[in-house]
Amino acid sequence: MNKIKVMIRKEWSEVFKNRFVFFVVAFMPLFFTAMPLIILYTSRDSGESTMGMGDVPPEFSAMCDTTSGAECFQSFIVSQFLLLFLMIPIIIPVTIASYSIVGEKTTRTLEPLLATPITTGELLAGKTLAATIPALAATWGSYLIFVIGTNVILSNPVVTGSLIEPLWLLAIFGVGPLLSIAGVSIAVMISSRVNDPRVAEQLSALVIMPLLLLFLGQTLGLIFVDQTVIIWIGLAMAIIDGVLLYFASQIFQRETILTRWK
Amino acid sequence: MTNTNNKAMIQTDNLSKHFGELAAVDGLTISIPAGEIFGLLGPNGAGKTTTIRLLTALIAPTNGTAHIAGFEVGKQDTDIRRNVGILTESPGLYDRLSAECNLGFFAELYEVEHVAEQVERYLRMLGLWDRRNEAVGTFSKGMRQKLAIARALLHEPSVLFLDEPTSGLDPEAALLVREFINELRQDGRAILICTHNLDEADRLADRIAIFNSRLLALDTPTALRRQLYGRSVVFHLSKAEPRFAQAVESKDFVQTAKIMDNKLVVTLEDPETHNPALVRSLVEIGAEIQFVGELRRSLEDVYLRMVRDE
Ligand SMILES: Nc1ncnc2c1ncn2[C@@H]1O[C@H](COP(=O)(O)OP(=O)(O)OP(=O)(O)O)[C@@H](O)[C@H]1O
Ligand SMILES: [Mg+2]
Repeated sequence: MNKIKVMIRKEWSEVFKNRFVFFVVAFMPLFFTAMPLIILYTSRDSGESTMGMGDVPPEFSAMCDTTSGAECFQSFIVSQFLLLFLMIPIIIPVTIASYSIVGEKTTRTLEPLLATPITTGELLAGKTLAATIPALAATWGSYLIFVIGTNVILSNPVVTGSLIEPLWLLAIFGVGPLLSIAGVSIAVMISSRVNDPRVAEQLSALVIMPLLLLFLGQTLGLIFVDQTVIIWIGLAMAIIDGVLLYFASQIFQRETILTRWK
Repeated sequence: MTNTNNKAMIQTDNLSKHFGELAAVDGLTISIPAGEIFGLLGPNGAGKTTTIRLLTALIAPTNGTAHIAGFEVGKQDTDIRRNVGILTESPGLYDRLSAECNLGFFAELYEVEHVAEQVERYLRMLGLWDRRNEAVGTFSKGMRQKLAIARALLHEPSVLFLDEPTSGLDPEAALLVREFINELRQDGRAILICTHNLDEADRLADRIAIFNSRLLALDTPTALRRQLYGRSVVFHLSKAEPRFAQAVESKDFVQTAKIMDNKLVVTLEDPETHNPALVRSLVEIGAEIQFVGELRRSLEDVYLRMVRDE
């Protein structure tokens, strides 16, 4: 346990000295929080007068039986940002893990590291946690700011309430961590084969594609993301994580790292 | 805690490592006691680094066994790691972290009790204390090498593996590192040094193994020189004739006698005893002796001959 902590502390003091990593971790969540809030702010006035129930997909309007058309529309707008928030827990850990693992390869620190009494499990756990903790902190922090911001901008308890429904809570606190773990596992696997952290990061970041497709489908009105969809995504991610973690830990063996990582 | 039932700190038996078809290490059997500096000498690709990786439980042997500080490789790997210090082929330091942070991190992983004291001790010992807060990325090669040596010692290991400790260092830095290694012997550690610097092995090592996948020879530096060539005496003659060599060779204490230019080179077991008789008989048959001297073979001759003969 203690060695994991030591590992995490070292990871943070090292990887955040890299300006690019620091930029991604600090600015991406800011951007993903500010953008929806700006959109909300600018559409606040136009929304109420010109739009109503007609612009909301039927699946959504079915859920707003007790609310006014404008409230329903605004709830719909904020719900569109859900998938955007789920990109934070993928991008951040993928960036940190790629830079940290490829970094260990280029400085050739893996061999002296593996010569210490740390277990490969502790090492992998340290790397994984060092990448996921900042990601989850950023995701949850951004979510909190988004909820507060929405409340300040719209001062509508119904819309704010729609943000703390099980749909959002499941996505942010359940699917988010699962996505982070998938991101790190893939970054570990790709970093073992690639010697440029930027390449590793970009390849690993491709895991975001399914989420982007989902986001696109949702924007085009092809898919409607509700609680059931999120639960299914969560279940699928749990299984995928199991498989990915298994493969990542297979790659993360002393002998494999020293003799097969190129 | 060191398991001292076994006197040898490094003990291998038929240790082998294959990478597919290639036998990087082939049937290595050695035994190294505490307090000994052991030189592993071999050309590029001989399997020196692979041997160190095997003995530090970083990779698993294909065949054979090894015990380090009494612990068996493959079965008690964590115990081995606690008792072993390693200077890897490349220093392997975190460039963005300071010297102090680098050592502190490893000291904690090595479960060192008083991290700060131990880090300070070795930073001072290797003359890096004043630069402890600087990022290692700004260090010179020699400073990095010293820092990596300090890291190998933080947990006071009883067995030390040094993979080419002075490679890439200028003569002064190399001398400093060599003197430092020499001092480490006094604490009763077993030290295995890989090198292709023959002079270094000659000066530092108590015993030397000449190694190219297989063990080619193993002995003290002096004995190695003698084992291959005996001792050679050179007679500088005003005129060297073949009959001098024939006359000398007929004596039973002489191993070989050869004429080279104006010199007669004679190898024999014990020159101190037999030289006067040799000189006398040469003079008797008309040889005019200008100088008599001993031909000192360098370890390099021995080494090159072994590696080439192979
Ligand atoms: N992971 C690996 N996969 C395949 N072959 C390997 C691997 N590691 C080492 N070898 C081979 O094993 C042999 C020994 O390599 P090793 O690095 O141990 O040599 P060395 O004596 O340390 O050489 P040098 O003096 O150049 O450092 C070489 O032929 C090398 O190509
Ligand atoms: Mg080597």
